[in-house]
Amino acid sequence: MKARVIVTLKNGVLDPQGQAIEGSLHSQGFDGVQSVRQGKVFDLELQTADADEAKAQIEAMCEKLLANTVIENFAIEIIG
Amino acid sequence: MKSAVVVFPGLNRDRDMIAALTKIGGKAPAVVWHQETELPDVDLIVIPGGFSYGDYLRCGAIAARSPMMDIIRERADKGVKVLGVCNGFQILTEAGLLPGALMRNASLKFVCREVELEIANANTPFSNQYSDGQVIRCPVAHHDGNFFTDTETLASIEGNGQVIFRYTPETNPNGSINNIAGITNARGNVLGMMPHPENLIEPEHGGTDGRGIFAGLLA
Repeated sequence: MKARVIVTLKNGVLDPQGQAIEGSLHSQGFDGVQSVRQGKVFDLELQTADADEAKAQIEAMCEKLLANTVIENFAIEIIG
Repeated sequence: MKSAVVVFPGLNRDRDMIAALTKIGGKAPAVVWHQETELPDVDLIVIPGGFSYGDYLRCGAIAARSPMMDIIRERADKGVKVLGVCNGFQILTEAGLLPGALMRNASLKFVCREVELEIANANTPFSNQYSDGQVIRCPVAHHDGNFFTDTETLASIEGNGQVIFRYTPETNPNGSINNIAGITNARGNVLGMMPHPENLIEPEHGGTDGRGIFAGLLA
């Protein structure tokens, strides 16, 4: 089973890296960019073939390691 | 007073910390590699600064999940004092022994310079050699020292007197909320701070303002 985890900063948490990327986009002429928030992607391959079980395992991984839930949210996509 | 310095791969301030504890306490600390399964019976556990596991994932995240941290957590629960400096502070927050998180500096720059620290609470074993409101000098060297926590937790740590060190507003090097440079847990026996007091303990360093932290702990 393959899955993707997307970790993003919670709303209200300052993202200076996102702001710097936004500034660079503006300086390259992408004037329409109103906001940039950056994050992380993890692609996982799991032994299990059961999507629910995979999701439960990954949730535990996110809570324990992949995300710092003080400042970050996570989303899990089961790819198949 | 017996102390131990715990070393994770990638730390680089361990020797400075060992020197400070030895010079001020008069006795060398036990030095414990993170893979050891036992920690000697000590009164103070110190996690020094550096870049454990290359700062992979998030600063301190990997070290915080090591079996050695379970041992440190057990000792802290028994009231043993724990001091984390710089990466040590990041490890303690990632391990959940301290509230909040240390994020990328607001300037996005690695900052290596001297700052001014105001003693926000002198009534702790970590700060009792100073007085409330006293301002001391202290060096910082970090990329991720921007302390952040949600409003509720912030109100609670402020209300409980858990903020021990604050940057003066003019010298806040990283954008930390409320200029926070160092905090304790609710019980007051675990302290994390971004600045490096171990690097300002003798006249050859250019000052001795950092001595008090160790002098109080090792008394």
